[in-house]
Amino acid sequence: MKESETLIQFKKGLWQQHPIFRQLLGMCPTLAVTTSAVNGLSMGLSVTFVLCLSCVIVSLIRKIVPPQVRIAVYTIIIATFVTIADIFLKANFPEISKSLGPYVPLIVVNCIILGRCEAYASKNTPFKSFIDALGMSLGFLWGLLLLGSIRELLGNGSIFGIYVLKGIFSPLVVMILPAGAFIALGFIVSLINFIEERNKKC
Amino acid sequence: MLKDLFFIFISAVLVNNFVLTYFLGICPFLGVSGHIESALGMGMAVTFVMTLSSAICWLFYNLLLVKFNIVFLEYVTFILVIASLVQIVEMFIKKFSPALYEMLGIYLPLITTNCAILGLSLFMVTKKYPFIESVVYGFSSGLGFSLVLIIMAGIREELKFADIPKHFRGAGITLITAGILALIFMGFSGLISS
Repeated sequence: MKESETLIQFKKGLWQQHPIFRQLLGMCPTLAVTTSAVNGLSMGLSVTFVLCLSCVIVSLIRKIVPPQVRIAVYTIIIATFVTIADIFLKANFPEISKSLGPYVPLIVVNCIILGRCEAYASKNTPFKSFIDALGMSLGFLWGLLLLGSIRELLGNGSIFGIYVLKGIFSPLVVMILPAGAFIALGFIVSLINFIEERNKKC
Repeated sequence: MLKDLFFIFISAVLVNNFVLTYFLGICPFLGVSGHIESALGMGMAVTFVMTLSSAICWLFYNLLLVKFNIVFLEYVTFILVIASLVQIVEMFIKKFSPALYEMLGIYLPLITTNCAILGLSLFMVTKKYPFIESVVYGFSSGLGFSLVLIIMAGIREELKFADIPKHFRGAGITLITAGILALIFMGFSGLISS
C-alpha cells in the first residue's frame, strides 16, 4: 500500500501534474534554453540535481526551521546547490555552461523548485520527498527535451547536432529565435490539452 | 555620457526586451496579464524594485564581493538582497503611502520569485556597467517589462471575445500571442547595432 502511494506521487510529476505543460511553472528556462536538444537535456539534468538535493535537505530540516523564515531558508539552500551546479558545469563542460549562460544561476528563482519544497518536502519524509522531486524533475526533463528537439529539428534541421533533414526541408530560422519558443510551446500545451480531454472521454 | 545612457534605455526597452528576448519574468507575464489594471500595478511594482535592486546589488557586488574576493557567493547574496529589499519596500510603502500600497499590495511579494530581477543583477555584472549606467539599465528594463505586460493585457482583454478553438483556450493561445508579439518586437532589432 505504502509502495504504491509513493509510486503514484512519482508518476504525478511525469504526466498528470506535469510542471511545464500542466502547471506552467519554470517557464523562463523552458523557453530560453531549448534552442537545441543538448541544451534542453543539460538544463533538465541541472534542475534534477538541484531539485532532488534541495528537497531532501528541506525535508531533513523541516522540524527545526521556524515557519516564519522558511522561505528564506529554502532559498538559501537552493542557491547553494545552484552555485555548486554552476561551478561544476563551468569546470567540466565549459561549452554547455556558455550556451546556457545566465539561465543556470536563474534556477534559483525557478518556481518548480521552491514550489516542491514548500508544497511537498516541508511536510513529508526525506525518502518520499526525494521520489516526488525525482518525478517532477524527470517530467521537467522530458518536457525540455521534447521542446528542444522540436525546435532544433524545425529551426536547424538537426537533432543532437546530427543533420537529419538535410536537403529535404529548409529550416525555419524563426523556431530558434525567441518567437518560435512561444509558438512551439503554445502548440504543445494545446496538444496536451487535447490528449487529456480524449483520455477523459474514454 | 548622455548618449550612452540613451542607448542603454532604448536597447533595454525595445531591442533586448526582458520578456520577449530573454524570457525573464514569464510567470507574471502569463499570470497577471489578464487585465490592464493589474498589469499596470505589476509593471509599476517591478520597475520600482528593479531600479532599487540594480543600485543595491551593484554596491554589494563591487564594494563587498569583489573586494573580499568572494564572487562565488554572488547568487546567494543577490537573492538575499532582493528578498529583503522587497520586504523593506513593502513595509515602507504600507507605512507612508497606503494608496500606493493598495495598488501594488498583492504584487510585491510575488516579485521576489520574479526571475527578471535576479536576471537583471546577473546581466548587470556580466555587462560590467558603472553605477549610473546600471541604475538606468535597471529602470529601463523594468519599463520594457511593463510595456510588454500592458500590451499583452490589452490583447488578452480583446481575446475574451474571440472564437478560439477549444483546446487552444487559456495557456495555448496566450503563448502563441506572445510569440507573435515577439516577432513584432524583432522589428526593433535594427534600431541599434552594437
